[in-house]
Amino acid sequence: MADNDFPEGTPKGWSRRDVIKGVIAAGAVSSAGYLFRSSVVRADVSAPGSVERLITLNVNGQQRRVDVMKQETLATTLRYKLGLTGTKLGCDRSECGACTVLIDDVPHYSCSMLTHTARGKKIVTIEGLASAEGKLHPVQQGVVEEQGFQCAFCMSGFIMATVGFLKVNPNPTRTELAHGISGNLCRCQDYDKILTAMMRGAELSRRA
Amino acid sequence: MAIVRDIMPAFELFQPATTDDAVGLLAKYGRDAWVMGGGLDTFDWLKDRIKRPSVVVDLSQVNDLTGIRPMGGGLEIGALTTLTEIVRNPVVKEKFGLLHQAAELVASPQIRNQGTIGGNVSQDARCWYYRGGWKCYRAGGNICFADTPSAINREHAILDADRCVAVNPSDTAPALIALEAQMVIRNRKGERVVEAEDYFIGPATDITRMTILKPGDLLTAIRIPDKWAGATFYFEKVRDRQVWDFPLVNVASAAVYSGGNIERIRIAVNGVAAHPVRLKAVEDAVRGKPRNAATADMAGQLAIQGAEPLRYNGYKVPLLRNLVKRSIRGVEEATWAS
Repeated sequence: MADNDFPEGTPKGWSRRDVIKGVIAAGAVSSAGYLFRSSVVRADVSAPGSVERLITLNVNGQQRRVDVMKQETLATTLRYKLGLTGTKLGCDRSECGACTVLIDDVPHYSCSMLTHTARGKKIVTIEGLASAEGKLHPVQQGVVEEQGFQCAFCMSGFIMATVGFLKVNPNPTRTELAHGISGNLCRCQDYDKILTAMMRGAELSRRA
Repeated sequence: MAIVRDIMPAFELFQPATTDDAVGLLAKYGRDAWVMGGGLDTFDWLKDRIKRPSVVVDLSQVNDLTGIRPMGGGLEIGALTTLTEIVRNPVVKEKFGLLHQAAELVASPQIRNQGTIGGNVSQDARCWYYRGGWKCYRAGGNICFADTPSAINREHAILDADRCVAVNPSDTAPALIALEAQMVIRNRKGERVVEAEDYFIGPATDITRMTILKPGDLLTAIRIPDKWAGATFYFEKVRDRQVWDFPLVNVASAAVYSGGNIERIRIAVNGVAAHPVRLKAVEDAVRGKPRNAATADMAGQLAIQGAEPLRYNGYKVPLLRNLVKRSIRGVEEATWAS
C-alpha cells in the first residue's frame, strides 16, 4: 500500500495519512465523496432491503454510530472511521488473515465483509479483548509470555482467530490448533513460535 | 496478488430480509443485479474493478435461506448455509460424509465461516486471464488467452473445452453430483428443481455462465435425497497448498458394494473442465464388477478418454486417472505410475 495509492480524482497534496487522521479526528465521516469515481445507478432506495448510511454497530461492547458507504468493508470502517487500527489490512483479498475479527464469536476476514452485513451483530476486535482495567486476555498473555511473534503485523489476526477457535474447541492439540488457525499467514515464517504462544494462551484460557 | 485500492467503486446495496423480497429485487434489476452470498468470490471481482455491477443484492439477512432441515430420508440445505455449518452438522457427517469431507477442504477456516454452499457451487470460473480482466471469450471477447502458445495454463481444463479452457473449482459441486442432489431455483415466476448434474453448464452451452442460473434466478436450497445415505464415500482434493487453494483436481464418489462387487456407484470430478464432470461412462463400466485393482485401473483409463492437455497441465491427466482409481479401490491399492 503506497501512500499515493489513491484512485484518480483524489485531491493532490493529500497524503493517505493526512486523510486518515482527518477522518478519525472528525469522528464519523461527513463525506467520502472523494473516493467515488462514478455515479451510482439510480436505484429505488425505498425498495425492501434498501440500506441507510447512518448505522449503529456493536463493536467491543459499545454501540458505535457510524456513517458508512454501501461498498465499504468492515476492515475499512473499523480502521479508518472508528480508529480501531489494531485490525490490520494485509492483502484485502481473504488471503492472509491479518484483518480477522470476531463476528458473533466466529472469526471472519473483515476485509471481505460489507460493514452493512455486520449490522446487528457483535463485533470484537483485538482492542476489545483486554478487560476494562487493562488485564490482558489469556491469549494475549500467552503471546507476552512466549514472545510469539517477530514483526507481529499478523498478530492481531492470529490472536482473534485463536480466540474464536478456542470458543469451539477449548482444549486443542497443537495439530488441531494449527488446523484451526490455518487461515492466517505470517510472512516472518514464525509459525512454530506462534503456535507455542497460542497453545500457552489456550492453557491460560482454560485456567481463567 | 492484487493491489489494494482503498475501496470498491460505488454500487447500490440491498439487503432483503425475505426470499420473496430478494427474488423481487432480482426480477426488478435483472442483469444489473449481482447476487451476493458470503461475498468471498464477489469482492475480488469488485475490488479489482473487473466487474462493475450497479446493484448488489446481499442475501446475508435472508434467514429462511439458511439452515439444514430433514426432508424425506434426506436433507434440505438452505443455499446461504455456511460451509462451517455443513461441516459441523452431525447428520451430514453421519449420512452424507462425502459432502462433509468436501466442505471441510474448502479454502480456509474464516472463508468456510462465511462462504456459503450456494456460493461455492455457483462461483465463477478460475482462470487468471479471465479474472484479471482480459477480454476473453468468457468476458465477451473473441480469444482465449489461456490457450495460446505462450499461455500459462497449469490450472486449466483437460476436458470439454470449447474456446474457453477455464475450470470450475468447486469442491462441494462434485460431491453433490455424486449424492444425486437437487438444486431448488426460484424466480418471480415460481420454483423449479433441477438435478445437480444439470445445474452446471460448460462453454459449449453458454460461455459466459457457469450454471443454468439466469438474471432473476436465485438458488434457494440444495436437496440431498436418501439414495446414497451411509454409502461408501471417497473424496480427495489435490492442491498446491493445504489451505486456501482451489483443487488442481478433485474426485468424489459414492458407492454401494455387495459381496465384493460394485452394486452401484456415482463418480464426479472437478478442476478438469468448466463444469464438474460426472463420469457416467466409468460408472456404467464398473457397475457389477469386483472392487479390485483391475476394475480401478480400467476406471482410471476410461476417465481420461478424450482428455486434451494444454502446454502446462499435462500432469492433470495421470492425476485424474489415479484419483479415479483411488475413488474405487482406496489409497493403498492405487499406484502413481505416470
